[in-house]
Amino acid sequence: MSDSLLEVKELETQFKTPDGLIHAVNGVSFGLKEGETLGVVGESGCGKSVTMLSVLRLIPSPPGKVTSGQAYFLGHDLLKMSDTEIRDVRGAQISMVFQDPMTSLNPVLTVGLQLQEPLILHLGMSRSQAQTRAAELLEMVGIPKAKERLNDFPHQFSGGMRQRVMIAMALSCSPQILIADEPTTALDVTIQAQVTDLVRRLRDELGMSIIWITHDLGVVAGLAQRVIVMYGGFIIEEAPVDDLFANPFHPYTLGLIQSLPRVDEEKHRKLYSIEGLPPVLYEKPTSCPFAPRCKWVLERCWQENPSLENVTPRHSVACWVDSTMWGRS
Amino acid sequence: MNTDNTLIHVENLVKHFPITRGFFQKQIGAVRAVDDVSFSIQRGETLGLVGESGCGKSTTGRCILQLYRPTSGRVEFDGVDLVSLNKDDLRHTRRTMQMIFQDPYASLNPRMTVGEIVGEPLLIHKVASGREVLERVAYLLEVVNLNPSFASRYPHEFSGGQRQRIGVARALSLQPSFIVCDEPISALDVSIQAQVVNMLEELQQRFNLTYLFIAHDLSVVRHISTRVAVMYLGVIVELAGRKELYNSPLHPYTQALLSAVPIPDPSAEARRKRTILEGDVPSPADPPSGCRFRTRCPIADQACAVARPQFREIRPGHFVACHLIK
Repeated sequence: MSDSLLEVKELETQFKTPDGLIHAVNGVSFGLKEGETLGVVGESGCGKSVTMLSVLRLIPSPPGKVTSGQAYFLGHDLLKMSDTEIRDVRGAQISMVFQDPMTSLNPVLTVGLQLQEPLILHLGMSRSQAQTRAAELLEMVGIPKAKERLNDFPHQFSGGMRQRVMIAMALSCSPQILIADEPTTALDVTIQAQVTDLVRRLRDELGMSIIWITHDLGVVAGLAQRVIVMYGGFIIEEAPVDDLFANPFHPYTLGLIQSLPRVDEEKHRKLYSIEGLPPVLYEKPTSCPFAPRCKWVLERCWQENPSLENVTPRHSVACWVDSTMWGRS
Repeated sequence: MNTDNTLIHVENLVKHFPITRGFFQKQIGAVRAVDDVSFSIQRGETLGLVGESGCGKSTTGRCILQLYRPTSGRVEFDGVDLVSLNKDDLRHTRRTMQMIFQDPYASLNPRMTVGEIVGEPLLIHKVASGREVLERVAYLLEVVNLNPSFASRYPHEFSGGQRQRIGVARALSLQPSFIVCDEPISALDVSIQAQVVNMLEELQQRFNLTYLFIAHDLSVVRHISTRVAVMYLGVIVELAGRKELYNSPLHPYTQALLSAVPIPDPSAEARRKRTILEGDVPSPADPPSGCRFRTRCPIADQACAVARPQFREIRPGHFVACHLIK
């Protein structure tokens, strides 16, 4: 299709709720290159997790439904695959690490058994081969006394350790893409640093591509090469990481960056705050979803939803406002 | 001991939670949640209290308000020892100290209207009745930038940020001088956090409030605090003025903690040197001997396992508990 490993086009996902149809993802397109780390940033409800779950066909249906779009992985559309085909991709070629390591591990099975499962299912290993490999995997993610810990249950591990187990499991079949959904959000800072350091090391060793979903711009700054910012089910800005932080074009991105206090910040300033609330989309918006909260809103923003357009070859933004208006040369 | 400007003075505060077993609830151990902590808070300042989950920061906050009765130690509020007060006197004093909770979804009663929630303290302490309550509630809602007409609505109709404002209005209703803010923004979305932080700062100016700001987010604590205390496994390891603590942290734990905080700036991130701590925080039911941090400390030696380091003043206003800092 192109040089992308994963190419998502015009993805749309909706949820039926008692209050009405929610348009969670509204025509999202992006690509992921080989060896690249892509950060996906946004607040809760912006559609960042749903996008990735849709790609892997993990949206519970009903109430959810992927209504249109394509997701090409190595030339095959994941959304058109049969259940058996997608099952061979999930966990083997594309794997996922979830936010909460306690609820995503089975509490009544030992960690060893859970680690062996994908090895036996996807790689066809024997029980004893799988056991040896499982111990190697635990060792790789830095769990001491790996062999003995295989017989432990998830509750015998701490939060950071459990997240390491999840990562070991996700990496067990040497996937080409690792999708990490807020993997460090539930962890303390020192443990978060351990986990991001581990992922950075493994990425360099194994050369896989990573999609890192988070609301924490700080984590993205240290880990990603390219960043997608989502708002109201749309991608509103996409840029290489340095470019995004130095030259944000969308007022929402700018607001997010400026609203964060920094640990290395000398002077006290009033934090920039974005007034209002993120939207819940019961209808597909015909205006810019950020318009009600935007300081620079124009007449046009209420009439037409801007599409994602390139401002430089690698930086694109969905906004009608001329960025020179908000004080940048 | 008590200079004019000290509002809160905590001395050798200890809180142990018993671990019991069997039908007769025989005590077999204790979780040493807070283990000998001393500090004071000046009138009008914000003391930031940071640490990882389970380090005892929330327990410390609750012990100050006597929501937990301390196992031992003194907590002086305006010169009065709260630990020795009886129930009635304590209730009377509580008027001047309030709390803002972490979870805006769990801390508001879903069956009460916003007006009832914000007005309840006024009725309990009999400071207002009838029409006065309604007027006062309307005023308080306005103070936290909410529409006074919201008084007749229920909590589920509001977003997280708005609920946190309701919690703040309730805390302000009795005109307290001291508020414990227990992770007030951790449960909120990034774009909403700044709204609440700015509001807390404005209210502090306007009503001359003193805050104990408990959080695990070091960036926010740097932003809002006058002085900062760092806790680890039930003890304060370092306490200093904001600038001093962030620019020249002395304790190895503070240093590691600061280096672990991600900075939203790729070039700053690339330039940083990280100290990555090994392992996890030990259990507070069975803390290490001597210095509590020694099992994860990059510079610990034998002496650290023997004696507990004293919490001492190294420079004026800069306290640290570490054997290896001279």
